[in-house]
Amino acid sequence: MTAMSFVYLAAILFAIGAAAVLLRRNAIVAFMGVELMLNAANLVLVAFSRMYGELDGQIMAFFVMVVAAAEVVVGLAIIIALFRARQTISLDEPAELKG
Amino acid sequence: MQSLIWLAIAIPLASAAFLLVAGKRADAWGHWVGVVASSAAFLVGAGALLEMLGQDAANRATTLTLWEFIPGSDLNVNVGLLVDPLSITFVMLITFVGTLIHFYSVAYMEHDVARRRFFAYLNLFIAAMLLLVLADSYLLLFFGWEGVGLASYLLIGFWNHRNEYATAANKAFVVNRIGDIGLIIAMGMMFAAFGAVDFTTVFAEAPEASTATLTAIGLALLLAACGKSAQFPLQSWLGDAMAGPTPVSALIHAATMVTAGVYLIVRSAPIFNGAPNAQLVVAVVGAITLLLGAFIGMAKDDIKKALAASTMSQIGYMMLAAGLGPIGYAFAIFHLLTHGFFKAGMFLGAGSVMHAMNDQVDMRRFGALRGVMVITWVTFGLGWLAILGIPPFSGYWSKDKIIEAAFVGEGWQPWVLGGAALIGAGLTAFYMSRLFFMTFHGKARWTDDVHPHESSPLMTVPMIVLAVGSAFLGLFMATGDRFTHFLEPVTGHAEHHDPVIPIPVIIALTLALVIVGAAVAWMKYGRADVPETAPAGSLATITARNDFFQDGVNRAVFQRPGQHLTRTLVYADAAIVDGAVNKQAHGWARLGEASRKLQTGQVRSYAATMLVGVVLIALIIVVGGL
Repeated sequence: MTAMSFVYLAAILFAIGAAAVLLRRNAIVAFMGVELMLNAANLVLVAFSRMYGELDGQIMAFFVMVVAAAEVVVGLAIIIALFRARQTISLDEPAELKG
Repeated sequence: MQSLIWLAIAIPLASAAFLLVAGKRADAWGHWVGVVASSAAFLVGAGALLEMLGQDAANRATTLTLWEFIPGSDLNVNVGLLVDPLSITFVMLITFVGTLIHFYSVAYMEHDVARRRFFAYLNLFIAAMLLLVLADSYLLLFFGWEGVGLASYLLIGFWNHRNEYATAANKAFVVNRIGDIGLIIAMGMMFAAFGAVDFTTVFAEAPEASTATLTAIGLALLLAACGKSAQFPLQSWLGDAMAGPTPVSALIHAATMVTAGVYLIVRSAPIFNGAPNAQLVVAVVGAITLLLGAFIGMAKDDIKKALAASTMSQIGYMMLAAGLGPIGYAFAIFHLLTHGFFKAGMFLGAGSVMHAMNDQVDMRRFGALRGVMVITWVTFGLGWLAILGIPPFSGYWSKDKIIEAAFVGEGWQPWVLGGAALIGAGLTAFYMSRLFFMTFHGKARWTDDVHPHESSPLMTVPMIVLAVGSAFLGLFMATGDRFTHFLEPVTGHAEHHDPVIPIPVIIALTLALVIVGAAVAWMKYGRADVPETAPAGSLATITARNDFFQDGVNRAVFQRPGQHLTRTLVYADAAIVDGAVNKQAHGWARLGEASRKLQTGQVRSYAATMLVGVVLIALIIVVGGL
């Protein structure tokens, strides 16, 4: 099991996450896509950390998790606020900033 | 009193300000404030004159520096007053005639609701005119110059609810501005040539300057004088200026303000003495104007316009004299002084007649007023004899000297200038006699509703005083060349030159022409019946009646092309200057329109853009090997 296997897996997870963000209208699903992309990055960080035997990558991964947890709080709050205002969580619905 | 001469300016100015801000509560007595202010200015001037007469002839010029106006290394201008025989002559003329006219106006404007405002303007005029003649630098003179222009504008348009009167005021203002440009240019050239604009420095350095410089400055000054004194070719405003109340015409447009141009030329004598060509132009302008004014005066039926044309013509005489150099300066001022008396007197007489005739100004509807207005008739008659130049009345002593001086010289000049002055005397006799006979003699041609009566003493007393001046001032001043010697410290001593024709012959010729002119006028307008409406007249009459079509000429030569020029410039400005800026702005606006479309408002498309951007950056890093 080489490091490259982890990179391939991470690339696949990232692509799935990106596709979820770009293709799904549901805000919750898009949000989960974002989490998936973050965790793909975490996987790469941890894999390389293990490969080189250093802890920097793992520390960075913890930071990402903390930030992701905070982001989830804010993100979900926004989604709830959106739902309260419009009774929908479709991402295509709010387009007031259209030029 | 010379050190207090500033009071002569300050008192009328303060009075003018007071009358303007005092409001309606001063309506009942405000005019007397104006009269007192003008009288006070006269008393200050008289005190200064008496003090001057006690001094040596050589020490009669006193400069009184009041404060620093423009302190600077290159241009240093102080506000200072110059009291010398020339300026004190003007101070006396302005304040004496001015005060008389103030008294007269109290009665003349009695029924005008804005009498207080009228006196404020009159006081403003007195202050500005005194500043003009007392200033010790061209810059300060310019303040007075503009001040009298403003007062003249305000007073011509005093009854500005009548549209044509307001237009006349604007016309006077605009034509005067053209002359003012001349004064500004002259000051600029003085500053360039001498580095100063005060009389002392300029006159001290003028003899060393080149003739070309002095000629240029002289011609610019002449332009200024032409505007203010209604000389050819800027004469068109004076006739229309008669729209103002008659006391204004007497004070501003006959006795004082219009003579400011002559003052400017005589004051600038050191400049003109070094520029013979400029002097010649001054004399020629004077000669042209004196004939032009006389011709116009012969055809006018409006008594005030005829007098205005006469004023123009008489100032032409003064300009002619001023253009003759040192031999003429004193006579120019002398004639200015006597003219100030007899012309102001005649204007007041005309006002008295108008007062009696329900403001009628058409002389064809006057006639036979001798019987009902005896005082006006006598006082006007004395003015008439004076302007005709009948000895021993004032005009004879001043005008005859000018005609004699005009005949001095070599080549064609004395014949042309002297000839013009001589013919002018005959024409003057004709038109003034025509005016006099049409108004006071012949049959009554009154409109049905008038009941002429003599004016009140408040009006007749100033007329009597001015008439006495018209009768005796010339004789008094000319005895022993008293006035010429008085002015000598300023105008310089003139060597006596013999005219090209012997003096007795000139006097005889002048008198003969005057008598012929007056006799022709008597035949046509005194003895014969005058038609109540003007006959069509010959081409010459029509030309003169229309002021030699000066308005049409001005319109065709200056106004129309000027309007076309400004319209073209406005168009070019809009098309080219504004056009370039506007085109550029439109371009940026369109760019903004286009880029606006990128802002879709779709969250997912933003996310896609970000992803594409990150991938691109990653590709550049990986493939580019950075």
